[in-house]
Amino acid sequence: MTKDLLLRVIGKLLIPFILLFALYVMFHGDYGPGGGFQAGVIFAAGIVFYALIFGMDNARKVMPDWLVEILLAAGVLLYIGVGLAGLLLGGNFLDYFVLDADPIHGQHRGIFWVELGVMITVCGVMLKIFYMFASRGRG
Amino acid sequence: MSLATHLPALQVVLPLLSAPLAVLLRHGGVAFVLVTAGAWAAFATAIGLWLQVGQLEQGAFISYPIGSWAPPWGIEYRVDRLTSLVLLLVSGMAALVLTASRASVEREIPRESHYLFYAMFGLCLAGLLGITITADAFNVFVFLEISSLSSYVLIALGRDRRALAAAYRYLIMGTIGATFIVIGIGFLYLMTGTLNLADMAARIGAIESSRPVLAALAFLTVGISLKLALFPLHQWLPNAYTYAPSVVTAFLAATATKVSVYVLIRFYFSVFGESLVFDKLPLPQIMLWLSLFAMFAASFTAIFQDNLKRLFAYSSVGQMGYITLGLSFDSVNGLAASIVHLFNHGIAKGALFLLIGGLVLGIAKPGSAPPTPSFDRLAGLAKRMPLTCLGIVIAGLSLIGVPGTAGFISKWYLILAALESGQPWLVGAVLLSSLLAIAYLWRFVEVAYLRSPAPGHEAGTEAPHSLLIPAWLLVAGTIWFGLDTSLSLGSALEAAGSLVRSGR
Repeated sequence: MTKDLLLRVIGKLLIPFILLFALYVMFHGDYGPGGGFQAGVIFAAGIVFYALIFGMDNARKVMPDWLVEILLAAGVLLYIGVGLAGLLLGGNFLDYFVLDADPIHGQHRGIFWVELGVMITVCGVMLKIFYMFASRGRG
Repeated sequence: MSLATHLPALQVVLPLLSAPLAVLLRHGGVAFVLVTAGAWAAFATAIGLWLQVGQLEQGAFISYPIGSWAPPWGIEYRVDRLTSLVLLLVSGMAALVLTASRASVEREIPRESHYLFYAMFGLCLAGLLGITITADAFNVFVFLEISSLSSYVLIALGRDRRALAAAYRYLIMGTIGATFIVIGIGFLYLMTGTLNLADMAARIGAIESSRPVLAALAFLTVGISLKLALFPLHQWLPNAYTYAPSVVTAFLAATATKVSVYVLIRFYFSVFGESLVFDKLPLPQIMLWLSLFAMFAASFTAIFQDNLKRLFAYSSVGQMGYITLGLSFDSVNGLAASIVHLFNHGIAKGALFLLIGGLVLGIAKPGSAPPTPSFDRLAGLAKRMPLTCLGIVIAGLSLIGVPGTAGFISKWYLILAALESGQPWLVGAVLLSSLLAIAYLWRFVEVAYLRSPAPGHEAGTEAPHSLLIPAWLLVAGTIWFGLDTSLSLGSALEAAGSLVRSGR
């Protein structure tokens, strides 16, 4: 943990907003710049920031290693799940038109869940890479 | 919904699904079952697609629009005879190699990374199947990256420390290759405004002599040649195959370079067209000479290797030479020889590397790291591991091209194509390079059958049945496809017939 008071206070103030901003970039991705990939990176950056200021041990309490691995698998599964849902509802693989009675609404719904899957996996991968580098040479 | 109409999507999705599930459950044994089940499901799907394609008339194909976006706007999966044959090879090899993998993986890979190993294997399989089935140029690149990145990891997992350096080298070379491929695809997209391969072919005719198209052809040729280890771009291959875990070598040697050949055939015959590739450019001559260099230089190098895995890795480079030689003729028989050799060599090399994995298990001392299969350790091994050694010899006979084995069929058609093209001296070249194959196989026979074991290396027990049975199925395959060629040669001739001079 860093002894720098300034960093700790600013970090505590900023981190919730970073995570919130990630969600904004995710949910607003339909209408403005953004989307799952960027949101995942921003969300992971929030956690990395926390780890840099409060140390790896605290970061692992927030986001343990097993959770990171679950995240990176769960996102892909969500993506494939949306694809298979389209298939089960009578369309083709990754068919969003059939996800709702109104096909345009269905497109919105489909891309939302797919992007959420992307966000979860990207966040997991970023954190996995960070954790692997951070824990090098510590036994 | 009917399952049969969705087979093209399921072909990729089923193995892809097994990879994240394996990570999620975090258990080596469960991951093994999941990914192996995924591979068998993919094999079953490939058989289903094979039967569906069989009911179509020659040259027809199955088209599947992903997300119901009609091609050429959306991504299309397309299955014709050639696609179907490669899908069968890739998924079948994955299913058999994975089934055989348990004992070898136990010894060669640290227990805590077993589930990650199997997840990577599933991803690599999904990537290779995706490259084969997709009809979208950019999608080819995406799947190529999926399979390449996972194969770098798979190779780096080898116990030998040199595996890391080999994987790194492969990563650099593979990334250069992938970059070239994406530059080529970018040029084509720029010039044609489409990513669908069939649509691209329809639009390329009018502009085929323009510089960007020629540059695209050059970039794609070099990029794909790196991936398929065409001489002299094969430098990454021997180390990668030598130091990777045994089952990884067996799978990659049987499939990865073969899928790259498939991509090359697709771009040459289906997109650019023969009039550009073979008539207007000196590409056939270049390919002919590079193939000859591969057949002789790599096979010759193979003879002097001390490590059995490395020996057969060099032999792979040589055998790729036969495949590209067939391509360079631009005739039905030549292309058929390429396609059938792609299939036959995949099976023979898969069997060989699996059995070498068995040898490594057999001579490993309990508790210690698995040794390298160098010749001084293999002396007199045929007495203690008769089935494994016999399998290696039979699969090796197929590499030589002895009548009655699958390799003979490929070489026969290669010779036919050489005579057709009015270059009878190439017959001599094919026969001479086969003599080199006899030489390197004889080294194994001499050491394993005729020498007595060196002191301290008398140990060795037969490989476990879980490995021997799938490996011997492949060995039986090399004989079967030498006698009954309706599946391999029949579809190769049919595919070549519809590709060569099909007239875009």
